[in-house]
Amino acid sequence: MLKQTPLNAKHREANAKLVDFSGWEMPIHYGSQIEEHHAVRRDAGMFDVSHMLPVDIKGEGARAFLRQLIANNVDKLQTTGKALYSCMLHEGGGVVDDLIVYFMSETWFRLVVNAGCADKDLAWMEEQRNRYAPGLQILPCRDLAMIAVQGPNAAAKFWQALPGSEGPTRSMQPFTAIVIGSMFVARTGYTGEDGFEIMLPAKAAPYLWQALLEAGVKPCGLGARDTLRLEAGMNLFGQDMDEKTTPLESGLAWTVDMASERDFIGKAALLRLPRDKQLIGLKLLERGVLRGHQKVHTAQGEGEVTSGTFSPTLNGAIALARVPMGVAVGDRVEVSIRDKRLPARVVKYPFVRNGKTLV
Amino acid sequence: MSIPTDLRYTKTHEWARLEADGSVTVGITDHAQDLLGDMVFVENPALGRQLEAGEECAVVESVKAASDVYAPIAGAVVAINDKIESAPEAINKDPYGAWMFKLKPAQAGDLDGLLDAAAYQAHVESEAH
Repeated sequence: MLKQTPLNAKHREANAKLVDFSGWEMPIHYGSQIEEHHAVRRDAGMFDVSHMLPVDIKGEGARAFLRQLIANNVDKLQTTGKALYSCMLHEGGGVVDDLIVYFMSETWFRLVVNAGCADKDLAWMEEQRNRYAPGLQILPCRDLAMIAVQGPNAAAKFWQALPGSEGPTRSMQPFTAIVIGSMFVARTGYTGEDGFEIMLPAKAAPYLWQALLEAGVKPCGLGARDTLRLEAGMNLFGQDMDEKTTPLESGLAWTVDMASERDFIGKAALLRLPRDKQLIGLKLLERGVLRGHQKVHTAQGEGEVTSGTFSPTLNGAIALARVPMGVAVGDRVEVSIRDKRLPARVVKYPFVRNGKTLV
Repeated sequence: MSIPTDLRYTKTHEWARLEADGSVTVGITDHAQDLLGDMVFVENPALGRQLEAGEECAVVESVKAASDVYAPIAGAVVAINDKIESAPEAINKDPYGAWMFKLKPAQAGDLDGLLDAAAYQAHVESEAH
């Protein structure tokens, strides 16, 4: 039996094609995932991301606990509402999950973790809590729904849909959050566009969804979410990194704080392990579609596509790939697609940001 | 889901139509395009290629997935629709108009071995369970 979000009935009303995503019945698209993709790049789209799990860390010593738990440095968060992207590592340096942590007060940090990792993450966090901070509370917020409204017109349409929301959110900087009544509103997302991610009580979610619909926000499925995040050069756990890969070989060195004295779980392994792989961007130079697990042939040896897709914005195939060190931006490589080897160019990613093509 | 009664079908979701000149036009069904979603790439067989019945001979790819296309019957490829290679979305819009290739059947009458619309409908329903 698949789990359903509080918006399941809204998806059925909109004729969504529903699929099993990490045990959840989720919309993959509502007709055309390419149209949904363009709606987010050009106007405004919304995603039901209620399958993701907010986890509140509450109590004295929350910050000290997070200094150990995650690879990025929680001390970068000094202003109320500020958010930070980070990986959570195991002792071997591999990635347990990636997450966003919001600093709400010294006794309340909110983490948002992937749906497919939620149970595992909770068990892991509880184990670490028991070891390092037994007094701390780890509270999964399973009664919250989450709607991501994304696109150049997302903010304006959100304000239109929810009278009174403009005042408190208008001047919000990217990667910050505020609490408005029972809503937790963050200026974050997974598309490379402006917008909000709104966490709110499950019962209220269908009303906000309907109001956004009436304000002209297009419902978008997980299909468009994937092509948008890949164009935006954002990693997906389970594809671009997992428990067997470190953030350093997953293009996430910028999220790992090795500079401070702080020790964190996995740090010793990161210092010890040789770094012989890197994540790069690829653009296919001929017609075709890049897909995960295709072999990449470079002058420095073989690699593999970790995430590949047809990019609706670029009208061509793009990918993230893990290849040997030494492969550089501008290099021409070959990708095995079925029985052919097709040429591709190594490019700097993100591929697209704020509606603009960068490669 | 549309399943025209004047066409023949395969269990692998190709449609085939016998033309007045004896050639057979091949494409993928409405059900197939619906399963795959937005089409972004088509690779047709080479002109002149001799195909066995059931042979993998073409590829269609949507944003979501790649799917092989199989020859419904044995024959030589006598025409390909190169228009859909530059506009694969035509398959989503009009799956029975956006044909992929035409075959000259190795044997006249081979089409009789394929599914008719009712049998294909039953096959699609059986796959849904």
